[in-house]
Amino acid sequence: MNRKVLGPFNRVEGDLEVQLDIEGGLVKAAYVNSSLFRGFERILIGKTPTDALVYTPRICGICSVAQSVAAATALAKAQGLTPAPNGELAKQLILACENMADHLSHFYLFFMPDFARPIYEQEPWFSAIATRFKAQVGTAASEVLKARAEWLHITGLLAGKWPHSLSIQAGGSTRALTTNEVMRLRLMIRQFRQFLERVVFADSLEKVGALSSLDQLKAWSESHANSDFARFLALAEALDLYQLGRSYDQFLSYGAYQIQGIHTFKSGSYRNSAYATLEAGQITEDISHSWMQSRLRVANVWEGETNPHYGKVGAYSWCKAPRLQGQVLETGALARQLIDGQPLIVNAVKQTGGNVATRVIARVLELARLIPLMEQWCNALHSKEPFCTHAPIPDEAQGIGMIEAARGSLGHWVKIQHGKIAHYQIIAPTTWNFSPRDELGQAGALEKALEGTEVSDEGAIKVQHIVRSFDPCMVCTVH
Amino acid sequence: MAKMSVLWLQSGGCGGCTISLLNAESPDLMQLFELANIELLWHPSLSEYSNQQVLDLLHAILNGQIQLDALCLEGSVIQGPHGTGMFHALAGTNQSMMHWIKALSAKAKYVLAAGSCAAFGGITAAGENLVEATGLQHDGKNWGGLLGKEWCSKAGFPVINIAGCPTHPNWITDTLVQLALGQLQLDDLDELHRPRAYTDHLVHHGCSRNEYYEYKASAEQAGDLGCMMEHRGCLGTQARADCNIRPWNGGSSCLTGGYACINCTAPQFEEPHHAFGETPKIAGIPIGLPTDMPKAWFVALASLSKAATPPRVRSNATSDRVVIAPSSKVKGRKV
Repeated sequence: MNRKVLGPFNRVEGDLEVQLDIEGGLVKAAYVNSSLFRGFERILIGKTPTDALVYTPRICGICSVAQSVAAATALAKAQGLTPAPNGELAKQLILACENMADHLSHFYLFFMPDFARPIYEQEPWFSAIATRFKAQVGTAASEVLKARAEWLHITGLLAGKWPHSLSIQAGGSTRALTTNEVMRLRLMIRQFRQFLERVVFADSLEKVGALSSLDQLKAWSESHANSDFARFLALAEALDLYQLGRSYDQFLSYGAYQIQGIHTFKSGSYRNSAYATLEAGQITEDISHSWMQSRLRVANVWEGETNPHYGKVGAYSWCKAPRLQGQVLETGALARQLIDGQPLIVNAVKQTGGNVATRVIARVLELARLIPLMEQWCNALHSKEPFCTHAPIPDEAQGIGMIEAARGSLGHWVKIQHGKIAHYQIIAPTTWNFSPRDELGQAGALEKALEGTEVSDEGAIKVQHIVRSFDPCMVCTVH
Repeated sequence: MAKMSVLWLQSGGCGGCTISLLNAESPDLMQLFELANIELLWHPSLSEYSNQQVLDLLHAILNGQIQLDALCLEGSVIQGPHGTGMFHALAGTNQSMMHWIKALSAKAKYVLAAGSCAAFGGITAAGENLVEATGLQHDGKNWGGLLGKEWCSKAGFPVINIAGCPTHPNWITDTLVQLALGQLQLDDLDELHRPRAYTDHLVHHGCSRNEYYEYKASAEQAGDLGCMMEHRGCLGTQARADCNIRPWNGGSSCLTGGYACINCTAPQFEEPHHAFGETPKIAGIPIGLPTDMPKAWFVALASLSKAATPPRVRSNATSDRVVIAPSSKVKGRKV
């Protein structure tokens, strides 16, 4: 058996190291090390509760809005505050804008460039893929950056600037839109719809969203071969990405885009091929293999602590190991669409499970699903009504904000005492996906997905595909 | 002409300055590099090279095989625990990122701090600063940081502090283009070594709330249109940046978005010692008035202008939308 250390892993957000035990050319065991600790949960202690809306977005540059919305949701719970309907819609629009920008960046800038690397030079498809997707110089990079920057004008309009928008509040948003601005917003969504329909899908979003099985998707792919999505689907067939990177096939979604108490994409878990509802109290964090010390090795999140202990024997990551009733779950677009019951994803998971191909398919599918929803939310805005409600912060209160970021389930647990933050714990999507082992020795979701992977080349390209298929955000993971 | 080579590294930050940089428009980032003759040796979000290839590149720079013109660091330098820097070990090396940053800085013609974390410590240094975060050449407001006051890059420059949380994409691109053209001079930097191209301005300049400021017609609640200086913690009259002259994301800013300026280009903005959204006051008068205005004058002018505030401005200031439109001298249809 030999050991291989991979790092620094790029085209993931932040720094990542993966250690592999290799036997007979296959990964026997993987150890995922999230290599940066900053300590946001400690920074927040003693601060004025609303300051969480300034600090927590700065956990992450790529999903800052998701962090803000989770903090705002937790504060609203603590305040017993119902957001203004317009403000709630504005928050969902800002969040959807960010989530879609992230999906787009992931597909074009982080994931696809791996197929344009010299290792695939001999493949019949190589030259076309390299022309389109090669890092920095492929034709897609410039085209997508332009579309992405213009798409983010939506967040400029609704929230001032991005990243680190400060307009998101417990009671809604600080930026009321006029009738004319709502009209401009509609046009901006329409403009991005056109980009997606021309470049990503070469088809209408509604037709893509109506595909309901893997067979239908494959047939669609052949008849829309000049779209970037079909280019990926052809690669997925050629390289059998449906067989690569299978984890436990246990999934988690906190439910996305909650409006008037109802999740647009349902919440729940999917374990042993069965759906179940979700209770925050079922979630624990385990520090057995983390460079952390605590009174409890496995703690309910309200009891969780963040005390770094570098050099702890048996530990190998700054990341804690979140578990749901002791089980390892995978989160992200695939989990979200599966738990929502989206027919194509339900069928794809039944046939092939969670893998490199289905993770990417679910993400791209969300681009098609979200635009019509954003159009609806935009139409539901009443520009004569308020965008924000107000309430004092109680001296003693607590709240949990459970939302879906682009990369999956994100939770903030806040406790207020004497008018200040006394406890703040965060579990980010990649904390779930890239967790280290727990006290039972159960490997985290990525660690499991890497087991059995063939490593014959120096760069372990298959390992790289699997890692990036999760769209990890390392700065969120440890925070 | 040889291209200017750029290496971008990230440490104790959020990656937000990179993500903001990707918002560059007209030209977009890839086009800009091409037009300005800039060669990106490696960037963690954009480059093909992974793992060992990256380490080989770093070694080639260290042993002089590859010339490094500009090193950009995003995120603070993490010195903890106990000065080891091991709260961030560069993946694949088991060595602290602090070690790599120091070694590579010595090879670079110019060193740039992209964002307030790399410049001064920034948000990562907030609170008890458990991780001993610091900037490249400043530790908060003080000289020092990782490299120390006397340090100079190979071109004889101090660290160029492109502060901001995050940085505006064009604060970075303008600086890189100036360097590529060999045009950046020492006197283009302010006393904190930030590019004067954006710090010769105040966030207050071009603020869409200027009329409310003139009359001291103040916002009270989140989302009100009025000036946010008196009650809502706005530091725009002190903050050095051109956010309202060269706006963000297609024409906006924190102020336009309804939120107070938190002075994110300044050292130690992360610890204002009061809630971000509230203005600390002594005897009802906000502390931290505009830096270059005598306090007595400010107070006198403020009370005068408050008394002179038109009802339109007073009403709109505490509303989230215009409730009274400006009137016209021409008689027309009554609205």
